[in-house]
Amino acid sequence: MSIRLAIAVTHLVNRKRPTLVSLTGIVLGVAFFLAVSSLMRGSERDFIKRLIDNSPHITVSDEYRNPQLQPAVVRWPEGAVEVRRVKPLTEVRGIRGHARKLAFIESLPGLRAAPVLMGSVVLTFAGRIEGVTLSGIVPAKTKGVSTIEEKFTQGSLDALAANPNGIVIGVGLAKKFGLEMGSVVNAASPGGEVRTLKVVGMFRTGNANYDETQTFALLKRVQGLLDRPNRINRFIIQLDDPYAARDVAAVIEERTGYKSVSWLEASEDLMSVLLVRNLIMYSVVSAILVVAAFGIYNTISTIVMEKTHDIAILKSMGFHARDVRRIFLAEGVMLGLIGSLLGLALGLGLMALLARVEIKPPGATELVHLPIYWGYEQYLLAAGFALASAVGAAYLPARKAGRVQPVTILRGMG
Amino acid sequence: MRPILAAERLGRVLPGEIPVTLVQDVTLAVERGEFVVIMGPSGSGKSSLLYLLGLLDTPTSGRVLLDGQDTSGFGEDELAATRLRKLGFVFQFHFLLAEFSVLDNVLLPLRRLGVLTEDAARRRARELLDQLGLSEHGHKRPYQISGGQRQRVAIARALANDPPLILADEPTGNLDTRAAANVRQILRDLTRAFGKTVIAVTHDLTFAGAADRRIGIVDGRIDPDWRA
Ligand SMILES: Nc1ncnc2c1ncn2[C@@H]1O[C@H](COP(=O)(O)OP(=O)(O)OP(=O)(O)O)[C@@H](O)[C@H]1O
Ligand SMILES: [Mg+2]
Repeated sequence: MSIRLAIAVTHLVNRKRPTLVSLTGIVLGVAFFLAVSSLMRGSERDFIKRLIDNSPHITVSDEYRNPQLQPAVVRWPEGAVEVRRVKPLTEVRGIRGHARKLAFIESLPGLRAAPVLMGSVVLTFAGRIEGVTLSGIVPAKTKGVSTIEEKFTQGSLDALAANPNGIVIGVGLAKKFGLEMGSVVNAASPGGEVRTLKVVGMFRTGNANYDETQTFALLKRVQGLLDRPNRINRFIIQLDDPYAARDVAAVIEERTGYKSVSWLEASEDLMSVLLVRNLIMYSVVSAILVVAAFGIYNTISTIVMEKTHDIAILKSMGFHARDVRRIFLAEGVMLGLIGSLLGLALGLGLMALLARVEIKPPGATELVHLPIYWGYEQYLLAAGFALASAVGAAYLPARKAGRVQPVTILRGMG
Repeated sequence: MRPILAAERLGRVLPGEIPVTLVQDVTLAVERGEFVVIMGPSGSGKSSLLYLLGLLDTPTSGRVLLDGQDTSGFGEDELAATRLRKLGFVFQFHFLLAEFSVLDNVLLPLRRLGVLTEDAARRRARELLDQLGLSEHGHKRPYQISGGQRQRVAIARALANDPPLILADEPTGNLDTRAAANVRQILRDLTRAFGKTVIAVTHDLTFAGAADRRIGIVDGRIDPDWRA
């Protein structure tokens, strides 16, 4: 052990109480940092997982991100072409040539896609009238992109596939209308078409609004009802790697020309809320460590004050200012290191305790464990920050110690 | 032979609203192996002169030559390195580190210099303690031994890195007659048997009597006529 380190250790060991107090500050700071961080990060990941599981990774809709260019502008991109008073063509809304586009999308690796035609219809049953969203789907494809089938309370997607006049509704709507399996409802489109549909399945997602307003029927049937033969208005895409969504969406948009929105883009506001939440969380837990650093500052300043004579002796013996500074910096490093290690242990204990706590989230029927994130980067962050604040706190007293002039002390004695 | 230590027109003024002159115009040369004492009335500037000679303080005028080398251009690092290798201090108030054992106190300069291995350093420290009659006390803390013993520990520590020059400020100042005689004998032996040079400030006439030369300081200047 170097003589500087030996002196540093002696200083701390001979001042057990202040050393322990400042250590406790760091230990609690690190432990609290970990407990809060693991809980916040855990719930964030839990939330994102739900988001990924329950919403389409990519939605391709029948819109263009930018208005279509005039052919003349496309032909002479450098030319001074300006086309005015353009009267847009009236076209049937929807994605054109969707079979070919679906084939292209499905040729991309690691994804499943399903075509959907979504529209508003009015359901009537036993004198009650209600506007709902009706999605025309291809059951075999929908299975690949949606968890809806798991939410069925009665019937199934297969039953829908087998019955061209079937409709699947949510339990909320069923309750409102007093519908049962096998009930027959009338569906009317804004264009005046009317179809008679039979309830072949019911689902409960837990989201009340969804369960009251969303209904599903076969794509062909909905195309007929909405008078948009051979059209769909979106592709729902699910990826093996949800985090590739942004890139895959860009590829699809590039190729098809239709607006492709990844879940990341769609929930950008949520993501920024999470970011702000993390910022707040890390500021608060870091502030605790900064406060703990004041304890270290206090302890080391006191030692420097008590030890001015020793410092004067050491310097008169030939210790450099640098040696003296290192002695007190080493004390900060030791407090930071030991505090971090004990803090990590205590923090892991707290995390294990938290992980055993069970809660009942709103809307859920089952108890779940608190989501705890165990990622190692939190330990590095907590220990690194604790160490940095400890060294920072030791720096000022260490610098002061390095500046002690032996003569000043000797004159004071003589 | 050139002197081990020389001062040329050395002066030290403490700056301030009313500047205080501690030392002025001191020129002296000390030969290798010499035992020199500095004497003078209280407050005359003896300690101040010793700090200048020992490179603990920087003069405001003149210069100190150590082994023929001008030290006036030395930076903080060079000064520290020189103190570590060439100078040993013994102060009036023993100045041992209270948290370290007697042995560890003697080991401090050895470990800082780092030339000897830990084992060799310990052997050397024990040897020094033996020579100074402290073999029994190595493991004790400074507060567990007497004043005279502490002064001898301080001497052992000053000798640790085998410096050619020992500076002592009233080393017998608060010792009884017997302990003082012991310390005096040791310092004298260092010059006689080991060729060390000793410069000591003292009020003790018996101590002064053992020296090769006495330098009188009055009001910060050398006073050749001064007699205790
Ligand atoms: N910090 C200071 N500020 C002002 N004057 C000081 C200071 N330190 C010392 N002095 C003065 O400098 C002079 C020299 O002091 P010094 O300690 O060198 O004397 P000394 O000869 O060693 O005295 P003693 O025999 O009592 O130890 C004294 O008159 C003292 O009052
Ligand atoms: Mg004095």
